Amino acid sequence: MEAVQVIEPSSTEKKIQKLTTEPKWVQAILIAIVVLFIGLFLIIPLIAIFTEAFAKGADVYFAAIVEPDALAAIRLTMIVLAISLPINIVFGVAAAWAISKFRFKGKNILLALIDLPFAVSPVIAGLVFILLFSSHGLLGPLLESYDLQIVFALPGIVLATLFVTMPFIAKELIPVMQAQGSEEEEAARTLGASGWYMFRHVTLPNIKWGLVYGAILCSARTIGEFGAVSVVSGHIRGMTNTLPLHIEILYNEYQFSAAFAAASLMSLIAVATIIIQHILHWKKGADLGRE
Amino acid sequence: MAKRKIKNVLPGFGISLGFVLAYASLLVIIPLLMVFINSSQMGWGGLLATVGDSRVLAALRLSFLTALFAAAVNGLFGLLLAWVLVRYSFPGKQIINGLVDLPFALPTAVAGIVLATLYSKEGWIGQFLPFKAAFSEIGIVIALIFIGVPFVVRMVQPVLEELDPQMEEAAASLGASRIRTIGKVIFPELLPSLLAGFGLAFARAVGEYGSVIFIAGNMPYKTEIAPLLIMTKLEQYDYQGATAIAAVMLIISFAILLVINILQQRFAGRITEKGV
Repeated sequence: MEAVQVIEPSSTEKKIQKLTTEPKWVQAILIAIVVLFIGLFLIIPLIAIFTEAFAKGADVYFAAIVEPDALAAIRLTMIVLAISLPINIVFGVAAAWAISKFRFKGKNILLALIDLPFAVSPVIAGLVFILLFSSHGLLGPLLESYDLQIVFALPGIVLATLFVTMPFIAKELIPVMQAQGSEEEEAARTLGASGWYMFRHVTLPNIKWGLVYGAILCSARTIGEFGAVSVVSGHIRGMTNTLPLHIEILYNEYQFSAAFAAASLMSLIAVATIIIQHILHWKKGADLGRE
Repeated sequence: MAKRKIKNVLPGFGISLGFVLAYASLLVIIPLLMVFINSSQMGWGGLLATVGDSRVLAALRLSFLTALFAAAVNGLFGLLLAWVLVRYSFPGKQIINGLVDLPFALPTAVAGIVLATLYSKEGWIGQFLPFKAAFSEIGIVIALIFIGVPFVVRMVQPVLEELDPQMEEAAASLGASRIRTIGKVIFPELLPSLLAGFGLAFARAVGEYGSVIFIAGNMPYKTEIAPLLIMTKLEQYDYQGATAIAAVMLIISFAILLVINILQQRFAGRITEKGV
């Protein structure tokens, strides 16, 4: 490729080069349309979140964040993340391992199954657990006899979150593992490494950036999940309200500054996610053996 | 045969596949089957009576039409975005490229409240619009466009990056105009990924709840989306009604997923044809 560029382009090559790109003015118009679209739909909303949050001054902003209900919502959101992220990591690694290192019948069906939550409305993801676990649900009477509560409590919120976030880590790891092939693991096994030793010293170092990348995407979705959690939470203030549900309540009570203050926290997390994601993107590229 | 033997050296197939199947069945398949079991218990008559209700039909129609429209807009702008990001260079390109992921990372409720504020009559953008944006169907489409931005871009972008420039050069040197080259050589290559991205954006938009409910106004028969109606019926303890709407939405969404999968398989087939 580089050798070609060293050679002076002949006049016909220049002509072809000219023919394989657009005139400058066309480029300028297309770039302008794209910038306008992104500005209108993404940049202005992002700025507006912070402007609205500080509309009534920094005092109102910080008061809204340290208020007990807000803190309880942040704590619950973090608890849900702490429970669901390790489960999602185990599932993602196991799914990627089975799919990318072995041949078996029905692999495409399994892939479609992992993608399934993407095609299901979050509200339906919540609904299914109501149908199973609420007092009118299939297992409701059984749970009641043991005095267990799943929906309208923490377990239901975790279940709905796990449903929605199931595909995230597997989807990131499958292409990474597939691109790496199995030679290194096979060598480790042939040299007598145990399965666990091989996983820790060969597989894990190879996929670590892809795994971190997937875990971050998964965490962002977990923290921000609204529809599914809204159905199963029961909306008990200070008890079963996650941060997004807390924002909804504040907004519906016309406490706009407080709602946007909480929203700005989540936006900071979102922006940080994107930045880390783009830093990790080329590190994951290193996992795959390209720059 | 030798390859098979080497494959068997790797451990953990049984346990990983077993765990994945058990987990996905317990968490996703069995709970989703509940929707269909509960609907079938209602019988065809009961199901049709619930879904055939004019308010339910209006909500389903609204959800699918606004999702289709938003996904079409995302298809057009997503293609343009991918093109500009891959082919041109301009200051701030990396920031635009990063911002494309914002709708994936930003909680939908946050998107909902800020879009409702911006597009309301007194909002930064709404005050300049000659029509009512927030609290109308247009507001719903705006929210759905927002959440659908990344899908088409992220599907088309890698395909465009991998595209062999020799094909364009060949077309150009054979005398094809630029527009003809784009239409006849480049676009057909991008089409499968464009359709796949469109399908994902559409499926996501049909089920979207968080960003829409703040900007929609939620008027029954007019701006009430199907997921909200499920929510409303649940709050009224009308579990059967909620389940029936969910079953209809699921069947349509699965049909979309099936089409996406067929497209992807066809596309993967083309890649291996080229690679080998």
